[in-house]
Amino acid sequence: MNKLNVLLFCACLWATTATAQRIKGSDTVLPLTQKLAEAYIANHPGASVTVTGGGSGVGLSALNDHTTDIAMSSRSISFGEKMKLKQKKTEVDEIIIAYDALAVIVHPSNPVDKLTREQLEGIFRGKITDWEEVGGNKGKIVVYARETSSGTYEFFKESVLENKNYMSSVLSMPATGAVIQSVKQTKGAIGYVGLAYLNPQVKPIKVAYGNTGYYAPTVENSIEKKYPIVRPLYYYCNSSDREKVEGFIDFILSPAGQQIVRESGYIPVTNNP
Amino acid sequence: MKKILEQSVKYLFTASGFITSFIILLIIFFLFSEGAGLFRNHIIDDGYVVALNKSNPVNTLSANQIKEIFDEDITNWQEAGGEDEPIQVFRLSDLLSIYSEEELGSEYEHAGSKIKETILQNEGIIAFVPKSLLTDTEGIKTMPDQTIPVKDVLAGTEWFPTATPSPLFGILPLLAGTLWVSFFAILIALPFGLCVSIYMSEIASEKVRNVLKPVIELLNGIPSVVYGFFGLIVIVPFLQQLFNLPVGESGLAGSLVLAIMALPTIVTVAEDAMRNCPRSMREASLALGANKWQTIYKVVIPYSISGITSGIVLGIGRAVGETMAVLMVTGNAAVMPTSILEPLRTIPATIAAELGEAPTGEAHYQSLFLLGVILFFITLFINLSVEYISSRKR
Repeated sequence: MNKLNVLLFCACLWATTATAQRIKGSDTVLPLTQKLAEAYIANHPGASVTVTGGGSGVGLSALNDHTTDIAMSSRSISFGEKMKLKQKKTEVDEIIIAYDALAVIVHPSNPVDKLTREQLEGIFRGKITDWEEVGGNKGKIVVYARETSSGTYEFFKESVLENKNYMSSVLSMPATGAVIQSVKQTKGAIGYVGLAYLNPQVKPIKVAYGNTGYYAPTVENSIEKKYPIVRPLYYYCNSSDREKVEGFIDFILSPAGQQIVRESGYIPVTNNP
Repeated sequence: MKKILEQSVKYLFTASGFITSFIILLIIFFLFSEGAGLFRNHIIDDGYVVALNKSNPVNTLSANQIKEIFDEDITNWQEAGGEDEPIQVFRLSDLLSIYSEEELGSEYEHAGSKIKETILQNEGIIAFVPKSLLTDTEGIKTMPDQTIPVKDVLAGTEWFPTATPSPLFGILPLLAGTLWVSFFAILIALPFGLCVSIYMSEIASEKVRNVLKPVIELLNGIPSVVYGFFGLIVIVPFLQQLFNLPVGESGLAGSLVLAIMALPTIVTVAEDAMRNCPRSMREASLALGANKWQTIYKVVIPYSISGITSGIVLGIGRAVGETMAVLMVTGNAAVMPTSILEPLRTIPATIAAELGEAPTGEAHYQSLFLLGVILFFITLFINLSVEYISSRKR
């Protein structure tokens, strides 16, 4: 009887370690991953998924130390990080789980409702400093950005500023919520946030890249590839551990998983979720 | 039996003392070794090179010049010490707009030779490409592999830790921001703190003091993020309206929040010092015909001046090292502060905001440790001054 108990215990332990997965990384991907993990656990009794934040860099270095099974990241892995993994002879798989659109926002009282990429570049690089120059009322433009090391900052720089640097006097906020709060209470403010965070307290701007016309930041426009400021959200995992996390990743890429992605305000990977 | 117990307790205390000191020294050593690692990094991102055409007379570029060239702020080689020729910036991603997928090969195996071809064809080009793709450098000039100069960090005025190809780690704006905010915080907290402590130790009745003291000490127990939140929602919009500013997040907002946070420290320490003034001295003063006010500023304050000063310096220490509240209300713009009504950025806020996303072990990560070292020296200096002042006279 006792022997049987021990055996049973071992079997339980084995079962939990086989399906337990740890996910760590970007705070941008965190809320989405939590929702997906909840749905996954509901469908797969016995599975256990632990999700923690900390930042893209934290997740990727945890992957290197084998303290996480999946690293969430809002930016693609850097050359240096890749080299580190290569030194340890570990190969990583990159999986795009969803896309995120960035909305450019201004104070609700601002009459400006559309801008071109060139105008945005001028504003965030400090070449355009007054709203009058882009068709608004006279007043200083106050530029809010995210922290220099955030994936959002990096992506906006790549996409809108074409890899040029922001001006040094840009106000950098520690979190998306802080950007919204500041834009809400500052008349001349402009900033950017993930589409999922957009709320009626701030006004989104229509954006045009080239001569394709102005498009508002909505999930529909992003799926149809009309809205231009869209970035991928990544999962990274060690290729050798792929089996362990396969189930969860398959679930995310399945129609049910992509439906959750869409409901959370992100853009699904496939066109027909 | 009792003796053995006494001995073992003695050893336990000694051991715990040594272990604690050892761990603290270990932490400091870790901080310094990580911080010093920054100067072993190269000005150009690891694994990449900046390459020029051989006919270009320019041989070296500073990190700042590279940044301005890639930002298209410098557009002619004349401005960087070369000939009158427009600069053509080339990044790896530009390769796809010059060559088709077929030309580059299915696994981009021809990318290296195509990059070389592009550099050879354009005299005014500056290319930023992975080292591994540029193995054959005939006819191509690569920038020498400089390490980050100490001068550029300690005297640099631009903080662009994630700029590519060459990040800038000028700490001067952050250092100036920290000192600037702390200076104004103490300027605000000092008169209030002194008034309150004099009132509490000399004027207030026992009953009032018994209520006031716990209330002020309660301020010390509020988490700093709550102060930050209060600052962001109340102080920031208030300042914006009061001074009619384009933006409310400013050094002054940070100073105000820090002043409120430094107050309890100043009040508690200064009040204790004044209460320690012996009754005999006060009575002697009163007996000589001095009134209460004269006794306070001729006898009590001079007697307890070292205690009051330590209170002030401890308050400064709290202000310098404060992270969360400042992060939320100062706007975090890494510019040299010219006025207290403009956004600025402090050292602790920078570390807190950037460390989470910085890749471990790379230049940006190490630069944050260097900031930690600098903060360590500031607080060390403050603590030494407290020691010196409080040991001066008694």
